Amino acid sequence: MKRHVIYLDNAATTRTAPEAVEAMLPYFSEQYGNPSSIYSVGCAAKEAVIKARETIASTLGAKTNEIYFTGGGSEADNWALVGVAEAYAEKGKHIITSKIEHHAVLHTCQYLEKRGYEVTYLDVDENGIVKPEEVERAIRPDTILISVMFANNEIGTLQPVREIGEIAKRHKTLFHTDAVQAYGHVPIRVDELHIDLLSASGHKFHGPKGIGFLYLRAGVKMRAFLHGGQQERGRRAGTENVPGIVGLGRAAQLAFSRMEENGAREKELRDYLIGRMEKEVPYCRLNGDRERRLSNNVNFSFRFVEGESLLIMLDMKGICASSGSACTSGSLDPSHVLLAIGLPHEIAHGSLRLTVSAENTREEMDETVDAVKEIVAKLRDMSPLYEDFQKGKSAPERI
Amino acid sequence: MRKKKVVVGMSGGVDSSVAAYLLKEQGYEVIGVTMQIWQEEAQEKPGREEGGCCGLSAVEDARRVAQFLGIPYYVMNFRKEFREKVVDYFVGEYLHGRTPNPCIACNRYVKWESLLHRSLAIGADYIATGHYARVERLANGRYAICHSVTAAKDQTYALYSLTQEQLAHTLMPIGSYEKDKIRSIARELGLPVANKPDSQEICFIPDHDYAGFIDRETKGQAPGPGNFVTAGGETLGVHKGITHYTIGQRKGLELAMGRPVFVTQIRPETNEVVIGEGEDVFSKELLCGQVNYMAMEEGELDAKGTRRAVAKIRYAHKGAGCRIEKAGEGRIRCTFEEPVRAVTPGQAVVFYEDGYVLGGGTIIRE
Repeated sequence: MKRHVIYLDNAATTRTAPEAVEAMLPYFSEQYGNPSSIYSVGCAAKEAVIKARETIASTLGAKTNEIYFTGGGSEADNWALVGVAEAYAEKGKHIITSKIEHHAVLHTCQYLEKRGYEVTYLDVDENGIVKPEEVERAIRPDTILISVMFANNEIGTLQPVREIGEIAKRHKTLFHTDAVQAYGHVPIRVDELHIDLLSASGHKFHGPKGIGFLYLRAGVKMRAFLHGGQQERGRRAGTENVPGIVGLGRAAQLAFSRMEENGAREKELRDYLIGRMEKEVPYCRLNGDRERRLSNNVNFSFRFVEGESLLIMLDMKGICASSGSACTSGSLDPSHVLLAIGLPHEIAHGSLRLTVSAENTREEMDETVDAVKEIVAKLRDMSPLYEDFQKGKSAPERI
Repeated sequence: MRKKKVVVGMSGGVDSSVAAYLLKEQGYEVIGVTMQIWQEEAQEKPGREEGGCCGLSAVEDARRVAQFLGIPYYVMNFRKEFREKVVDYFVGEYLHGRTPNPCIACNRYVKWESLLHRSLAIGADYIATGHYARVERLANGRYAICHSVTAAKDQTYALYSLTQEQLAHTLMPIGSYEKDKIRSIARELGLPVANKPDSQEICFIPDHDYAGFIDRETKGQAPGPGNFVTAGGETLGVHKGITHYTIGQRKGLELAMGRPVFVTQIRPETNEVVIGEGEDVFSKELLCGQVNYMAMEEGELDAKGTRRAVAKIRYAHKGAGCRIEKAGEGRIRCTFEEPVRAVTPGQAVVFYEDGYVLGGGTIIRE
């Protein structure tokens, strides 16, 4: 019995676009050559990698020699931070980032702290937005890098990247942005935004998994990430993941050509979902900024509800959702992002992230709201806290 | 009719894996759940041996088994409950000179109270575990745990505190099988964990250094050295701190007395450890509190207000004949036929009759 599945976890991963899969297939079968070899089978592979690099570069307004393929977004983040930190250690050892970064950035910062670097973790406002003036205030003579994400993976907030980029430029410090959730979803021009490094990941915009890239502005010093062959300008050795790169390029092409249309459709689904939820589910709270928000992101907290049970019951109904970030969903501790925007522990526990794609339908949104309504009511029925609250024992605390 | 839904607590080990399989065979709609209780601390110490039933590898193994059996599988986080109800309790008891049994606390508050509540909330009718014990409905209408058919692996002792309500929603499918049979079922099925060794010891202290654990947990605030004394008040030497000792302990006292001596009492209020000889470690009776009645109802006693039973005073105890009687609210006094060795405050005493758990309580120092 195969049930209809409603997939609402597109921030975790997306379905690989059939066009991307199709583009990749020949590079497993006929065109299996190594791009570094001289014969024609290899040349075809090399050509495919060059094409993909051109595609990616053009989407950012970058040059082809500024695109480095990586094994995904986390690798790009790790490399950006460690590579810059090591290359600029003589200039200084101070890095500025925010409290709501992905763990690929946060844990890399912690790694650097253990090796003598100093990291400033900036607070965010109640909507999850970094304040540019606080970035500026944190800059010191020994600051070598500012790393602030383009859009948050849990609550979808779009950060003031342009302002931060301008500040970085003014203070002659480098600016990295983790654009894993944003690339392919919103327009990004690296020159206009003064971005020096940018991380992206294929499977977040209907490309394949295990492939991503780092944009690195020409002229920025950078330590090599993998040592070996001359691939990726000698900075990231290892035979290229040709099918992955081809799929990434094709997916980027599709994402940028359909960006406006898909974005509008997602936004419509998102706002419909938010609207119904707020109208029909009592004691819920939309996390994140209403306006400055990815078009695919919905994140709600429900009081008196355990997020874990809600997710399990949604899964039983064939609805794929998440509590925040896929990487931590094995261990449902309250999200560092929700705590950073000031939610108390017990409310941060009862949160639900629904991330749509243009492939979703309005009927699916209806089914989802109906399911959430029913489950939340059922869980509250069994919650002693809710019972106390209903009896008016505990004063209602505003969320 | 709708299939009955059961949440199986899966540790990734053989017993709970086979339990899930058996329930599926019996026609239940089975959902596998691993309770995450102590992962963070283990993660911080990479390379440390995974101890007990609920470590990191538990999740991976249990997930594989669930996949193999074709059942839905989830991880539920019970870290907060485990921290409060098991770890904090464990540390607190030692600081009060008692010797706790954390498995009983875990069963009572985490495995049953919390898991059952969340399982019912997600629409389950029962929870099930891979314990070697059986749940039966008795003629008097009460539910009781009774010995598994594998006497060697009896796990009823740590389950005495389950309430009637909890038992009504509990299944223990492997209690009717021999341990060897469970292993052979696992092998025949080709379960990915068929050859995994049984878990042992307290899961959150895999190095067995309880005193060291308590020191870390209390950030060095645990009571320090004090005096070894005799019951008569004579000082014999200096001990390392009361958390290092338990009643009946002979080894590691570092007292040169020329004859075997034992810990007979721990006095937290004066930070003293009382030392005695062989016969001082034996008791004719004990008092227990926080009693949970299981097979018997409170007050189901003979004309003299007593009842014959077999008492187990620690997990590995073989059991001793005794008479029990009420001794105030929630308390039972137990008089043994023969004196028993090392009655230890903080441990549980569990009373049995014909293999059924009558009830039990926590041993109190008089």
